[in-house]
Amino acid sequence: MQYKSQAVAKPYFIAAIALFVAQILFGLIMGLQYVMGDFLFPHIPFNVARMVHTNALIVWLLMGFMGAAYYLIPEEAETELHSPGLAIALFWIFLVAAGLTVVGYLTVPYATLAKMTGNDLLPTMGREFLEQPLLTKLGIVVVALAFLFNITMTVLKGRKTAINTVLLIGLWGLAIMFLFSFYNPHNVVRDKFYWWWVVHLWVEGVWELILGAILAFVLIKVTGVDREVIEKWLYVIITLTLVTGILGTGHHYYWIGTPESWQLIGSVFSALEPIPFFAMTLFAFNMVNRRRREHPNKAATLWALGTGVMAFLGAGVWGFLHTLAPVNYYTHGTQITAAHGHMAFYGAYVMAVITMISYAMPLMRGRAANSNKAQVVEMWSFWLMTIAIVFITLFLTAAGILQVWLQRVSDSPLPFMVAQDQISLFYWMREWSGVVFLIGLLVYIWSFFIPGEEKAAA
Amino acid sequence: MSEAFTTSTARNIFYGGTMFFLLVFLALTYQTEQVIPKRDKREMLADPNVVAGKKLWEVNNCIGCHSLLGEGAYFAPELGNVVARLGSQEAVMAFIQSRPKEGVPGRRSMPQFNFTDQQLKEIAAFLNYVGQIDTAKWPPNIQG
Repeated sequence: MQYKSQAVAKPYFIAAIALFVAQILFGLIMGLQYVMGDFLFPHIPFNVARMVHTNALIVWLLMGFMGAAYYLIPEEAETELHSPGLAIALFWIFLVAAGLTVVGYLTVPYATLAKMTGNDLLPTMGREFLEQPLLTKLGIVVVALAFLFNITMTVLKGRKTAINTVLLIGLWGLAIMFLFSFYNPHNVVRDKFYWWWVVHLWVEGVWELILGAILAFVLIKVTGVDREVIEKWLYVIITLTLVTGILGTGHHYYWIGTPESWQLIGSVFSALEPIPFFAMTLFAFNMVNRRRREHPNKAATLWALGTGVMAFLGAGVWGFLHTLAPVNYYTHGTQITAAHGHMAFYGAYVMAVITMISYAMPLMRGRAANSNKAQVVEMWSFWLMTIAIVFITLFLTAAGILQVWLQRVSDSPLPFMVAQDQISLFYWMREWSGVVFLIGLLVYIWSFFIPGEEKAAA
Repeated sequence: MSEAFTTSTARNIFYGGTMFFLLVFLALTYQTEQVIPKRDKREMLADPNVVAGKKLWEVNNCIGCHSLLGEGAYFAPELGNVVARLGSQEAVMAFIQSRPKEGVPGRRSMPQFNFTDQQLKEIAAFLNYVGQIDTAKWPPNIQG
């Protein structure tokens, strides 16, 4: 660690991992509710568990992105963070707001929570992924702006590299697109149209810039390849991302009342969206093959390579699987979407954040890399979680294909719930894969507590 | 990558390409706004029950289990075409009202929301409005 203020990243990473555990536990609850419908009913109905599952994911990834930025920006800008105190204060504000929101979800009926938190003043709640109360949403905006101020000031007074510039564009884009969460017209078609400006332009747009910058930073550090080469790759990847991803938004505009011209535009551009992910895979492997040093942190290198491969499979291949309008006509709103969502989020964003944690955490704890034993355990967690998500995705894909067939294609289409009963075997197998994932996550956490005896930090 | 293709070339292509496609996207958004009044049944929003129904839909987090025009959760049936599937708005209201408070042993069950008669009317009016939207013939059949 070259700058003292980089250490503010540490609480962000710890909180991110804690929320990750919460996310997985609620995921397992939901998975069980798929096959044991009355599990925890009516105390934690499925929709409540799902809010906790998805919102915990979003918040912990944001925590991870912020931690990554606080670690990366001073080192890239070659100067101390503008205000470490502000970063720590924002951490507590964000954590308390997230905690209170989850407590709200779990302890009062959602409609009561809406009333208590001023949803009547400006109704924004009750839309997928944007379920947060108005107060939480405002809190997110305040935290994001203060965070952006802090890191932007740092970059302005220091060195401007491609990596910190791209990271800043990504993070500013994230904050700006989130503002559309406050726009909720009565007209359902327009509501859905602009809702995607948050959701799609986050995960298939600006978040990929953040991902690219994190990956580029870690690859420079662990491979020692020239910055010039890595930064050129970074620009190529994010160009491909936005050139395909912005109009790729059209793949959400097939069946929601929007003009049918979107079927062609969305199909063509979203079919190209795997390309930047493929470039990312090539990038990671190329840089590691051309490495100029043997960095002692093998685990971080493994996570970086894994991010490339799994993002390509999850976001690229599984996205392509159902993105063409004639295919999507049958798969829209089925378990196929869930299959894609799980592997894409894990491969692209979960693994990117863990790559950064894996690289930075040992340095913040005063060593270049963890002990060999700790790294071996961490790599076990890599394989357990990654293989588990592959199986979750395969089982959900199988469930999805059956669902499409039984409910939408066959000569005598079955009602939704009848079709669900038919595919419960695959839901059971998904749930067991989820248990393996949780074990992998616990192994990951265990790896932090294995003493690191080797090599002081450079 | 070759020497002629420098980082600053790559950067310029990034800014140029992004700006270009962003402008195309905004133009397509403008075009969409021009076309959708013919498809989105906005005249039905004049009925205050529909507007109130949308808010009820939101504050009870219906999207956390159901999908609406294919978007949302996949735990419970699609509701964009539910009025057509159950046959009438009254049937939708009766279904919502009939949910057992403690659920159904071993089965997925919708919670009992204790809606008033007026609220039931509102939620049904909202679902009826969504059912009228021109969705390019999606879903493939009445099962959603």
